[in-house]
Amino acid sequence: MEAELKEMLNDLDSLKQSLPDPSNLASSILKLQSRVEHLTKLAKSAPVRRTKVQDMSAEVVDSNPYSRLMALQRMGIVDNYERIRDFSVAIVGIGGVGSVAAEMLTRCGIGRLLLYDYDKVELANMNRLFFRPEQVGMTKTDAASQTLSDINPDVVLESFTLNITTVQGFETFMSSLRNKSFRPNKEGSGVDLVLSCVDNYEARMAVNQACNELNQTWMESGVSEDAVSGHIQLLIPGETACFACAPPLVVASGVDERTLKREGVCAASLPTTMGVVAGLLVQNTLKLLLQFGQVSPYLGYNSLKDFFPTMEMRPNPQCSNAACLERQKEYLLVKPAREAAIIAKMEAEVLSVPEGPLHTDNEWNISVVDDSAPERTDATSSDALPDGLTRELPAADEFQKFPAAEPATATFDDIEELRKQLDALNAD
Amino acid sequence: MEGWDPNTKSTLTQIPLLTTKAGPRDGAAWTTRLKEEYKALIAYTQMNKSNDNDWFRISAANPEGTRWTGKCWYVHNLLKYEFDLQFDIPVTYPSTAPELELPQLDGKTQKMYRGGKICLTVHFKPLWAKNCPRFGIAHALCLGLAPWLAAEVPVLVDSGMIKHKDDATSTSES
Repeated sequence: MEAELKEMLNDLDSLKQSLPDPSNLASSILKLQSRVEHLTKLAKSAPVRRTKVQDMSAEVVDSNPYSRLMALQRMGIVDNYERIRDFSVAIVGIGGVGSVAAEMLTRCGIGRLLLYDYDKVELANMNRLFFRPEQVGMTKTDAASQTLSDINPDVVLESFTLNITTVQGFETFMSSLRNKSFRPNKEGSGVDLVLSCVDNYEARMAVNQACNELNQTWMESGVSEDAVSGHIQLLIPGETACFACAPPLVVASGVDERTLKREGVCAASLPTTMGVVAGLLVQNTLKLLLQFGQVSPYLGYNSLKDFFPTMEMRPNPQCSNAACLERQKEYLLVKPAREAAIIAKMEAEVLSVPEGPLHTDNEWNISVVDDSAPERTDATSSDALPDGLTRELPAADEFQKFPAAEPATATFDDIEELRKQLDALNAD
Repeated sequence: MEGWDPNTKSTLTQIPLLTTKAGPRDGAAWTTRLKEEYKALIAYTQMNKSNDNDWFRISAANPEGTRWTGKCWYVHNLLKYEFDLQFDIPVTYPSTAPELELPQLDGKTQKMYRGGKICLTVHFKPLWAKNCPRFGIAHALCLGLAPWLAAEVPVLVDSGMIKHKDDATSTSES
């Protein structure tokens, strides 16, 4: 573009020289010249892609993209921030929450991001953050890779345009999570965390299935269809309730459900609620990966009342998901050792603060009871939910198993035969 | 089931229930489930025909029985409106219901997700969840698609979003 503009200036110059006498034309040519010069300046300040950065430096200079992040270390919040470059995070669903979460992790300098979505960018998405109108028509994964690699070329981006609920998409999803080429000596799967940012129950159940099978820690996020509440949830297979252990929890909106207008549009959305939920999700992700603060097992957000319910859910021993039951069995074996380690760590922390008894005598046996502990519930006991949370779907009814062997049906038990029978009915 | 019309209720009770909880990744158990799906679909189709209420054709589009294609139709003001019908059996089936798609209506109604997936959240998903794994494809058509067509087709026709095929050809001829 700069070369073109230079040529144009030359042309204008020769045009001016070839004019027979100074006239009105000359002044308009001068005006044109100054316009082109202005454009040239604009072209020079056009975006330049920054180069990759070898090491994260804590040096405070304008040109260091990581100085404010490395400052977390200096302030004692994070022990070793640079470890973030070792981590891989998979984001399923690059919509209102997933795209913003991806941008936040990219700006934090995450090592590798895996992006999954099958949708295209539409103008109807412009009420949310991240995507731009000129990206309409691109796949969400392509558009996201474009923006994210511009923001931070240090992040390794892998994108998958597929639907994880189909048999084929699910297999690709599983093998991409298993792939350890980024960090071959990592234990377990190839990613450190999976973030579910999808907008439907089917896709959440598919993520749940994959993570249970791979013993992969993941976080679930969601925004209600009326756009005024949301939640995030940490799921550690075997240790916490899985997504199939109980019908999903939703934050009650606090208004009578029957007064809600459900006709018409299937879902509303707001950039605010989605931005808040993405922020909560990535904050919890950073705390989990970089080991600081307390990682929330469940955090709800009711925007109408600015209420944030929290809770913990234990797995359901009768969960309908077979992989979940296997993980529960494995967890029971390692649980005593894990708990002993936690207690030992807590005791070591207490010992490190030399503290005598506050009062030497306690005639009335007064003790302080901690009432700030989060509420713990079993995944199955729906009546024991903390305030502000309800179930989205009912639990499956118990039903009697009928004796399976019915000799009378044996004549119809060939699958080809059944297919032909249906085809025959379809024929007329 | 409160709120459902007695016709749908009595039809539903006559569709055989399924017993095997298996999805497309479960090998032999899926084959057993697939047989049950066929039996339920055969029974439901036969019942519709004998009650003069035939309204869909559906068959497996691959040998594994994970993709299904066909047609469904709805009669409004004595005119028959027919649509392509397709869906995949999700990996988490039958914990999650198949997402029924009417691709020709994509973008024509708000009660639809992208790709022509019909919106089933309110009237159908809770029922499916409650009756897992006894409900199958036949039940999804009876309780998910049929009421959706009954609610949406009249609105689509009256608002001019869809035209009867004879109407469309006669206008193009004139």
